Amino acid sequence: MNKDIAGTTVDVNEEGYLTDMSQWNDSIAAAIATEEGIPSLTDKHREVLQYLRQKQSAGEALTIRSLGKSGVVTTKELYDLFPGGPLKKSSKIAGIPKPVGCI
Amino acid sequence: MTTPEEDQPAKKVSIIVSRGSLDGIYPALIMANGARMEGIEASLFFTFFGLNGLAKKTMDHLKVATVGNSALNMAMPMLGLPMTIPFPTVVGAIPGVSAFATGLMNKEMEHLDIPPVREFLELISDSGGKIYGCKLAMDMFKLKKEDLWERVDGILTMGDFYTQAAGAGSHILFT
Repeated sequence: MNKDIAGTTVDVNEEGYLTDMSQWNDSIAAAIATEEGIPSLTDKHREVLQYLRQKQSAGEALTIRSLGKSGVVTTKELYDLFPGGPLKKSSKIAGIPKPVGCI
Repeated sequence: MTTPEEDQPAKKVSIIVSRGSLDGIYPALIMANGARMEGIEASLFFTFFGLNGLAKKTMDHLKVATVGNSALNMAMPMLGLPMTIPFPTVVGAIPGVSAFATGLMNKEMEHLDIPPVREFLELISDSGGKIYGCKLAMDMFKLKKEDLWERVDGILTMGDFYTQAAGAGSHILFT
């Protein structure tokens, strides 16, 4: 389905995750972040988002463990940056699919 | 029809860990971490043999039971055999077989990015989950707080446990 985010029409699934990660840009990220209760994205947020997008492009499965070990962010920081569902929320804001794993 | 969201979202899970084998401990760790990933509060309460997963001396050496484990079949320790062939207890009793089966399982779990117990507890603790030991079971096994993993959040009585587990949207799970 289509959704109008930050003045751009993008393709999203029923949960609001972008289905085409190439349609993503910084203002879309900011708009989704606001919807998810994160009023402004810091550089640290952006660093995590870029890392997620990079891993997604490389086809690597994302887990909370791998993210905590990435050197980009610690587990604690990740939970502070994206409260209430760190991997799900960060993936949504990064414009990549919802993570499917349990870890 | 109401959705679970409208009804009553899960806000907190308090998980009792009573078994001390590898397969007895892991489901609780996965459920606690999974809860935190969904923004649900989580706590783990280690009691009875579950304390094996929290005691410094044992937490890195948990094993899969290969004796008297009627659920274990030849497919499960990744031997590539059909699930319909049971793992013979006689074989399981040979020294080293439990360690071997455990090694195979650990390897498979690592492949799925499931951390070893100690690292898993760190992950849960870093995510804001709480880790508790059961006072009565510790008294029984003559364990002191310093015998447990350093980051344990407290030693609880049954009353303490129910107090911390209380609240709307709160669930108690027994494993």
